[in-house]
Amino acid sequence: MVKETKKDGKMSRRSFLGKAAVATAAVAAAPVITGFPTVWAQNIKNIKLRQFGTGTASVNAIAEKVKADLGFTIEMTALDSDAVVQRAVTQPKSYDIADIEYWVCKKVYPSGVIQPMDTSKIKLYDKISPLFKTGQLTPGADIAQGTAPHTVGFVEKKADTAFAKRETQWMTLIPTIYNADTLGIRPDLVGRPITNWRDIMDPAFKGKTSILNIPSIGIMDAAMICESMGVIKYGDKGNMTRDEIDKTIEVLKKAKKDGQFRAFWKSFDESVNLMSSGEVVIQSMWSPAVAAVRAKGIPCKYQPLEEGYRAWGGGLGIARHLSGLELDAAYEYFNWYISGWAGAYLNRQGYYSAAPSTSKQYMSENEWNYWMEGKAATADIVSPEGVTMEKKGAIRDGGSYDERMGHVACWNSVMDENKYMIRKWNEFIAS
Amino acid sequence: MTQSRLSYLQAFPLFAIMLVFLVIPTVMIVAVSFWDYNAFSIIPDFIWDNYDFLLTSPVTWQAYGTTFFYALTSWALTLVIGFTAAYYMAFHLRTTKAQTICFLLATIPFLTSNIIRMISWIPLLGRNGLVNQALLSMGLIDNPLEFLLYSDFSVILAFVHLYTLFMVVPIFNSMMRIDRKLVEAAIDAGASPLQVLTQVIIPLSKSGITIGTIFVFTLVMGDFITVRLMSGGLSASVGVLIYNEITLLQYPAAAAGAVTLLLTVLMMLAILFRFANIREDL
Repeated sequence: MVKETKKDGKMSRRSFLGKAAVATAAVAAAPVITGFPTVWAQNIKNIKLRQFGTGTASVNAIAEKVKADLGFTIEMTALDSDAVVQRAVTQPKSYDIADIEYWVCKKVYPSGVIQPMDTSKIKLYDKISPLFKTGQLTPGADIAQGTAPHTVGFVEKKADTAFAKRETQWMTLIPTIYNADTLGIRPDLVGRPITNWRDIMDPAFKGKTSILNIPSIGIMDAAMICESMGVIKYGDKGNMTRDEIDKTIEVLKKAKKDGQFRAFWKSFDESVNLMSSGEVVIQSMWSPAVAAVRAKGIPCKYQPLEEGYRAWGGGLGIARHLSGLELDAAYEYFNWYISGWAGAYLNRQGYYSAAPSTSKQYMSENEWNYWMEGKAATADIVSPEGVTMEKKGAIRDGGSYDERMGHVACWNSVMDENKYMIRKWNEFIAS
Repeated sequence: MTQSRLSYLQAFPLFAIMLVFLVIPTVMIVAVSFWDYNAFSIIPDFIWDNYDFLLTSPVTWQAYGTTFFYALTSWALTLVIGFTAAYYMAFHLRTTKAQTICFLLATIPFLTSNIIRMISWIPLLGRNGLVNQALLSMGLIDNPLEFLLYSDFSVILAFVHLYTLFMVVPIFNSMMRIDRKLVEAAIDAGASPLQVLTQVIIPLSKSGITIGTIFVFTLVMGDFITVRLMSGGLSASVGVLIYNEITLLQYPAAAAGAVTLLLTVLMMLAILFRFANIREDL
């Protein structure tokens, strides 16, 4: 139920003039710098694109920078994951740009509310990470289980609502953000090293653990746990059979009955509160939530585990109704998004940029080495909001980009047996 | 214009509002509850599958069990607390001024939102919350009490806290209408205080008690947010199940759940209305 709405306030005339000047300068400089507007400088400032998505990527700092760099307005609305799907499917006229996750895309895209985009209009297309094109971080690498972004990343033709099997000219979402998720722990309270997903089921932590109650993600965490415990061997964790779902839910039900869990969380804030108040000491958690707990001065670790990570990725899709100048503006916005500034911003929050190489020029050497190379910080690491996140000498949990994204065991997914899975999940919650 | 036509005209605005905002949506919910659906769309159809699954699933029965448990426990507690509070205000406070002040004091918490009042219990009841800290420092317990938060206890505590006033107001209202001479007559006839209470005051407050019961029952039966937040997502009432289905885009299943819940509550109301003549008492 946590819904927050962030909107751009009205600008004062002075700041508007200032920003308009920057925009004009940007237009003038267009041939030199890629990703900045090339045409329609006159009426561009009247354009407003309504974007909505989860709180992770729908941040005002990006909207403000777009206004400064490109001249038009992006109005951001942040919702929780379930509300995003709901809005995307049921109110397609209420947005212009949908910031959705790839596993959600599998549900949203077939309903025909998103139009694919022409990759020939994406200037830095070749800079986008191969994870989103082939599913492989490096040639020859294994493709992780689940709804890997490249499996829902393309369609054959513009009018198609079914996904293409390979890279084509029509991309469903322009990738923006992704990360590898793992368990969060309170190192001061667990009292021993945590190395595996199964550790969450350790009776020593009875009544002090939590998992998230978003079925499509929760079931994946559960699968990682069950596989780690050695009780179930899955064909594909991201696309379970009924039998595998039944077994997984049985394990969860039993743990719940034995009092292993303290609570189930649904929103970011809930997970932060559970951890910082000490109600739980080990739980499934998102990277920025770990950062939020640490920002309160409470030790919290984003613990890498032997079995690998559960990854997710998000991207921007264009509403089917968008056309003309607004559509051009949307393309302009996407080009800007992967040109580096936004990627650097996301990298600094602990997520990853879809085009890592472009963001390098917007980050200091220290920042790049800390966030992307897994090296010790040579100076304090400061968040985009100016808060000191890590002291000099700190090393990122899980190491470098390649180490983390190279150890993805599965991607968040929508299964063929989705309906059945949700029924069983409800059964678990009600049990 | 004749008298009867005029009265129809007077009733029309309310009729129109009820039609548009209550009757039509309800009809739509009933219709959708027979539709089919998949992961991303709902398909107009006529299938019994939604009800079939709903009524045969042990989850539903479990959720109804939990919901009735919450409703009955909250009802019993709010009734005892609400009746006592109303009795004190109606019979022990002599002046209208004192009654008014007391009544206003009871309503002050309602100036903040329901959810704020509810979640403010969480830091109080948690493992390292104020209650546990106080008990630990007084040496009354050795380990923090776990049942205080994320349990049936915390859910019912929140319900009682949120809904007792809905019991106080109607009971107080009907107590104020009791002719004080009847109490005096009972005392003169030699009735003990307990007999006055059980044979005069309670029967004459019956309609207030019934109205309060209706409020508390319908509120608790339909609730999902209190149950989800205060149980930490560990318990599921019928409302939570419907809410889950809505967030997962399973509208037909949610509609079937809603229709079933509506029928259940209507049946309960039908029984309760036999105890009170609402038109006479409001």
